[in-house]
Amino acid sequence: MTYLDHAATTPMLPEAIEAYALAARDVGNASSLHAPGRRARRTVEEARERVAAALGARPSEVIFTGGGTESDNLAVKGVFWARRTDDPKRNRVVASAAEHHAVLDAVDWLGRFEGADVSLLPVDELGRVDVAAVRFELDQRCDEIAMITAMWANNEVGTVQPVTELAAMAAECGIPFHTDAIQAIGQVPVDFAACGAAALTATGHKLGGPTGVGALLLGREVGCTPLLHGGGQERDVRSGTLDVAGITAFAVAVEMAVKAQQETAARVGALRDELVSRVQAAVPDAVLNGDPEDRLPGNAHFSFPGCEGDALLLLLDAQGIACSTGSACSAGIAQPSHVLLAMGADEARARSTLRFSLGHTSTLDDVDVLAAALPSAVERARRAGSVRGGRS
Amino acid sequence: MRSRARGTRVLAAMSGGVDSAVAAARAVDAGYDVTGVHLALARNPQTYRSGARGCCTLEDARDARRAADVIGIPFYVWDMADEFHASVVDDFVAEYAAGRTPNPCLRCNEKIKFAAVLDRAIALGFDAVVTGHHARLGPDGLLRRSVDMGKDQSYVLAVLTREQLAHSIFPLGDSFKTGVRAEAAERGLAVAEKPDSHDICFIADGDTRGFLAKRLGEAPGDIVDAASGDVVGSHAGAFGFTVGQRKGLNLTRPSADGRPRYVLSITPVTNTVTVGPGEALEVSTVAAERPVWTAGSLPSTPTECEVQIRAHGETVPAVVTVADGQMTATLRWPVRGVAAGQALVAYRPDPAGDIVLGSATVSLTRS
Repeated sequence: MTYLDHAATTPMLPEAIEAYALAARDVGNASSLHAPGRRARRTVEEARERVAAALGARPSEVIFTGGGTESDNLAVKGVFWARRTDDPKRNRVVASAAEHHAVLDAVDWLGRFEGADVSLLPVDELGRVDVAAVRFELDQRCDEIAMITAMWANNEVGTVQPVTELAAMAAECGIPFHTDAIQAIGQVPVDFAACGAAALTATGHKLGGPTGVGALLLGREVGCTPLLHGGGQERDVRSGTLDVAGITAFAVAVEMAVKAQQETAARVGALRDELVSRVQAAVPDAVLNGDPEDRLPGNAHFSFPGCEGDALLLLLDAQGIACSTGSACSAGIAQPSHVLLAMGADEARARSTLRFSLGHTSTLDDVDVLAAALPSAVERARRAGSVRGGRS
Repeated sequence: MRSRARGTRVLAAMSGGVDSAVAAARAVDAGYDVTGVHLALARNPQTYRSGARGCCTLEDARDARRAADVIGIPFYVWDMADEFHASVVDDFVAEYAAGRTPNPCLRCNEKIKFAAVLDRAIALGFDAVVTGHHARLGPDGLLRRSVDMGKDQSYVLAVLTREQLAHSIFPLGDSFKTGVRAEAAERGLAVAEKPDSHDICFIADGDTRGFLAKRLGEAPGDIVDAASGDVVGSHAGAFGFTVGQRKGLNLTRPSADGRPRYVLSITPVTNTVTVGPGEALEVSTVAAERPVWTAGSLPSTPTECEVQIRAHGETVPAVVTVADGQMTATLRWPVRGVAAGQALVAYRPDPAGDIVLGSATVSLTRS
């Protein structure tokens, strides 16, 4: 199998698996007062310290969650609610139009069910948030904005966002800024304190850890209304018995991913550059989407004119190559990518995309296999595109 | 199934029902390289028939995916909603508006499953489409009725051309439905006990009249007695009726002889529904448009055969001629309840399964 879908999920690091198995053997609820409980608590707190140290946060700023979607929902809804409760004038949430659905749909939900005003920030043709638009929004509506959210790096096209700049602009106005850094950690330097964000989302399975565990880094002074009520774990912001084994493995993965970040960026980045040039040699009219320079080292995202992404995916899958159209699915039906549409692409281009994402297990062999299989797949997908009236 | 199976790439259309799941599994057993595809036909899946009866709901897509996973084949969902609406749903509404009675399953086979889907499949390097239809298709390229006459679907496949059939595989034609269900259970397919679908998949509540009224608008008009010309009732839209229909007429005046009356004809221009006695429904000659001769090239001489003029209807011996783009069937004895828009399918009786000769769409009937 040629696995080119690390942005969907990446194989667990052996060290993380080992840490998981070791911790899973022990009994103990980290909230219990007896000895097994204290042991579990110690394990969790050590993990918290490791995550904090790796990501430039204080241990008390690490809130463990059930993964990226939960962290994003907690940040968007929780911070919005808390801020609006403090100051009812602040009823507006501002998000980039190219956010992951975990953010975008949470924002949309606030608009539809909580009466929130929503501002979606435009992105440029490379998928980069328009800083001038943010500035304008802040100048116009500084007093009515409850929170701003913009991802660190785009999960589809890989463009790295001017997060520090955005966070600084938000901070000037006293508005909490959240960033979804799921794709960024381990690929580019991520430092919570240095970036100036009020909240930051991380998840395990994109960086060699387990699925179902992640964290929200939340500044100590940032108010956040909980989504889950119960035992009051995690600063009362996220109730629920702590997943000791998952958290331990997550911490190991975060630590290793961050430690290896520079080396990953160099090695995987070189591999990605090779992939891009081989794809463009094999399919000369393939269009590389996203910022050609300022992008995640593991990300290569193309439009293949005349093809539908899902047809290409089927054909490559049949040859043992796993990749993604990069866009969200509704009941398995390929939708045109909202990210590409936000970047100004027309629907045909937004439907013609494939994302190849490399990671810690990728090799040059993967690139060779793809380059060999791609031309005939593109040719066939084009034929299939031309038999579908009005869609190609 | 054909001997050229080994390694041949085929696409199994998987509705989420038991038949298409077993068909896909049998194609794998026969040596084909099978990929499963579920067709998303609804613009908004929630509005389609829910539960176990339809073929277009989110639950059906999940059932199809589960079956594909158990069988161990790749599975994708293809969005055919636009094509389906243009070729099947809009056609369905337009046909009723024109006073005819369409068969949407047949149209779906003709325009979607063995056209849009097959074309895309071939372009992507597949050789054929596999479906769970109950009909036999042998190496001779002839389409025959299923061994299970109660489940036979050759009628809704008779519209396919030889070229389409050459790229079709129907693995269930030699099986009875009870056997298919038992086999599904043996194979560990959860859809083994799923009820059959009967109704029109895109009409969520089964209310065809209501569906049409929403799209065509209420259009009150008269129900007229054929013999006297008297107005004997009223209707909310002529489109809601089918020739031969007896129930649901709500006639305000009884017939002179007290016998039941049936819809004899629908005239959209005047928005009139004409009713009369059962014997007035009898037709001996049926003219039909757009002939397809499944069993070879169009015959130049009259052909003795049996014809079936509606889904699940009886067959009647007839002589069929094809000329000037029209098929005409002269029936050995008159039959009732032939509606324009239905398919006229010609069969040749055969001990190895009655053979589909050809089909056409009924346009005109004469007594």
